[in-house]
Amino acid sequence: MSTIVSLPDQSTATIPKVNFITKEHGILSWLLTGDHKRIAMLYLASITFFFAIGGALAGLIRLELLTPQSDLMATDTYNKVFTMHGVVMIFLFLVPSVPATLGNFLIPLMIGAKDLALPKINLLSWYLYVAGGILVLYTMAAGGVDTGWTFTVPLSTHYLNTNVLSTGIAIFIAGFSSIFTGLNFIVTIHKMRAPGMTWFRLPLFVWAHYAASILMVLGTPVLAIALVLVILERTMGIGVFDPLKGGDPILFQHLFWFYSHPAVYIMILPGMGVISEVISTFSRKRVFGYTAVAFSSVAIAVFGFFVWEHHMFIMGVSTYSTLVFSLLTMLVAVPSAIKIFNWTFTLYKGSITFETPMLYAFGFMGLFTIGGLTGVFLGTTGTDIHLTETYFIVAHFHFVMVGGMLMAFLSGIHFWWPKMTGRMYPEKISQLAALITFIGFNFTFFPQFILGTLGMPRRYAAYPAEFQVLNVFSTAGATILGVGYLLPILYLTWSLKYGEIAGSNPWQATGLEWQVQSPPLTENFAEIPIVDHDAYDYEWLEKKHEREAVTIVG
Amino acid sequence: MDHISPVLWHFLIKWLTNFQLYPPEASKIAPQMDALYFFMVLVSLIGMTIVVLLLTSFSILYSKKRHPVAVQIEGSTMLEATWTIIPLGLFLIMFVWGALIYFRVYTPPANAMNIYVVGKQWMWKAEHPGGQHEINALHIPTGRPVQLTLISQDVFHSFSIPAFRVKREAIPGRYTSVWFEATEVGTYHLFCTQYCGTNHSAMIGDIVVLSPDDYKKWLNQSTNGMSLSQNGERLFASLSCSACHNGRPDARGPSLAGVYGTKLTLTNGQTTLADEAYLREAILNPSEHVTQGFSPIMPTYQGQISEDGVISLVEYIKGLNSNDRIEQTLNTTTLLPDGEGKAPSAVKKAAAGPTSATQGMVKQ
Repeated sequence: MSTIVSLPDQSTATIPKVNFITKEHGILSWLLTGDHKRIAMLYLASITFFFAIGGALAGLIRLELLTPQSDLMATDTYNKVFTMHGVVMIFLFLVPSVPATLGNFLIPLMIGAKDLALPKINLLSWYLYVAGGILVLYTMAAGGVDTGWTFTVPLSTHYLNTNVLSTGIAIFIAGFSSIFTGLNFIVTIHKMRAPGMTWFRLPLFVWAHYAASILMVLGTPVLAIALVLVILERTMGIGVFDPLKGGDPILFQHLFWFYSHPAVYIMILPGMGVISEVISTFSRKRVFGYTAVAFSSVAIAVFGFFVWEHHMFIMGVSTYSTLVFSLLTMLVAVPSAIKIFNWTFTLYKGSITFETPMLYAFGFMGLFTIGGLTGVFLGTTGTDIHLTETYFIVAHFHFVMVGGMLMAFLSGIHFWWPKMTGRMYPEKISQLAALITFIGFNFTFFPQFILGTLGMPRRYAAYPAEFQVLNVFSTAGATILGVGYLLPILYLTWSLKYGEIAGSNPWQATGLEWQVQSPPLTENFAEIPIVDHDAYDYEWLEKKHEREAVTIVG
Repeated sequence: MDHISPVLWHFLIKWLTNFQLYPPEASKIAPQMDALYFFMVLVSLIGMTIVVLLLTSFSILYSKKRHPVAVQIEGSTMLEATWTIIPLGLFLIMFVWGALIYFRVYTPPANAMNIYVVGKQWMWKAEHPGGQHEINALHIPTGRPVQLTLISQDVFHSFSIPAFRVKREAIPGRYTSVWFEATEVGTYHLFCTQYCGTNHSAMIGDIVVLSPDDYKKWLNQSTNGMSLSQNGERLFASLSCSACHNGRPDARGPSLAGVYGTKLTLTNGQTTLADEAYLREAILNPSEHVTQGFSPIMPTYQGQISEDGVISLVEYIKGLNSNDRIEQTLNTTTLLPDGEGKAPSAVKKAAAGPTSATQGMVKQ
């Protein structure tokens, strides 16, 4: 199998003596660091920890649903388990996954900057994330919470005796971590680009993060407000949402989804950025229709703010307003279609190799396409009536979030692993892991589309016996999926010590981050580069190699 | 293997014999919605096939072995336009088609028979106009449009009948409605689909679709002798509504005869339609709904009357077209309705049919 991997001679190669990992030692040098790369590593460790917790909870859910009765755990326990699964996976894994790890690590490197604009704010954002995470752990230890991750009022404000307050505060705090990350990215991308790095020379990864950052900064405060109101309503009974006091519970739905729909794009846009980089590198070609892909990210961010009511079509909102929101939902589906086709045509007349990041990217394209298309079923008002609040919607957002985002995250982690650690991951076993993940994923979530169409409601601890067979398939698939996720954790850890030495640019990629040593210096660039070429300019890369060869000879 | 395989075998048989892709179509709207659903499935399959075909053929044709040097291509405005406009066009077709169905599902016909449904943790209570009460069950006839007016007593619930392809949230503090016309006799699932706490997954029931004759029989067997509006009349007297809303020239409250469906002018100058939602609000929050020419002296009934009671009152006021009987109740000491003979026509219609002494609950 042909590859593009070009590793240095392993018998003589060494990891650069001075790099951001070896520069300083001791735990404090990590906990007090301002280096975006170290903070990215801190984030990577912490989100992996929470992903493991969220994954274990998912396992419990699937085990309970193996049988129609609620027999593995009491219904209350089940309700707490799926609530914690949602809270942990969304707020502590998906939202920070790509931006806070890969974005944090790579954006300064990609635009030719020495760090993010606000390094201390960056560290603060990690501490806020950890504080939020610890509060979530406390909530779990203290008996959990069973509101569902959507905190629907008046259930969350008046009818539950579980730890709603600590969960609300945890998400409130973690939300600020997300706001600070977004803020940092926006300032950095505006102010810190290297000379010659114009907007249309930026890698699409940066465009995607810019769009996601705008959503984080403008959307997250609304969630924070909604949660504060829930907390005040619960503790002091201010009555904003309580119909008995003249409040309106529908108002909460508007506030909550005003954030939580754009949140979906906060989660997926950075993943799309990863896919652009990976597809281009492994087909040795400029991304087809660079400007279309860049602007489709911005279009998603803009339209993404005006579709929230499609979560409320059956809630008794005005029939005419549903028309507007359904139409806008159709419009936001188009940029995603544009992206998929542009990535596909990037392969056209390329020179394609199939390393692990590329396999995950292919997985992303297939699964995200299904996730996106089934989203149209739910954005269409007529079919939404039947399909919403069933397993159809569960399958849909898992295709987008897990099939899309998690695939993109794994693709990115494998792609930049050599840059982050200086060492390669083992290729064969990781290709196998990518395949297992893809198969396990489809096995787990595809049956749920049929379950949903048949009418099985979501968040049911017990269900009519006729739905059992498909649920058994789903649970069986989840075990395969579990293996697929366990493997990377194991072999990536292994590779930290035993992986082959990667050299600065094992993929022969064009991004600025690949032109510096792996792992990079603390200050990223010995001298700030001057950019005189577009993103994904493989001819520039070749000429650069020739120039370097000449320089060495000369 | 010996003790595992029968289990697998059992599953396989079960799957092959019961395999379904969609629930039974038991309402008028169901085939229409399924047509759109399968159109969308078709479009998705074609779209998916195109993407997968392109991905695999490009991967084979332009793999590094076959195609060692990539050809740099900027992009193509024509192609961008193609894959912008075609998906957009298809999505717009789905949007219009879907909106037509949505409007049909949530716009009840004028001749629909109205059944009230109250959701509470964790049961559904249905109240038929004739006074039949049901819990976690709903009996309806085929061939007749049925409108459900839903409200929740506590948290959000959602009334879902997959076989009818309809679903509507029951929300605290406001009425919502949905309608359907059943076409197939049978028993179908009723689910609560909005997460509502501990026993959410037990908030299920049966939708029993009967032939019109069987339905009539069921109605007769299940009535407790007092229709909703008769119950409303009793409440109207016992809550002393009749003290002010009696239609006398010197009455302190406006006359309610014939008020349902009319446009009212409130003291703040707004005009409003006196529908079910308005009547409910005016009972529970009177100070915010004072009709022009009257002073805000009515006390609130919030907390003094259950949603079921409000429903009865609303039904009573809806059918009220003269104040004669209110006069009578004021002049007599007995507050109980005194039989069918003298009931106003609307009440009489609702309570039609012989009354048997069986008490209301059909299924507990």
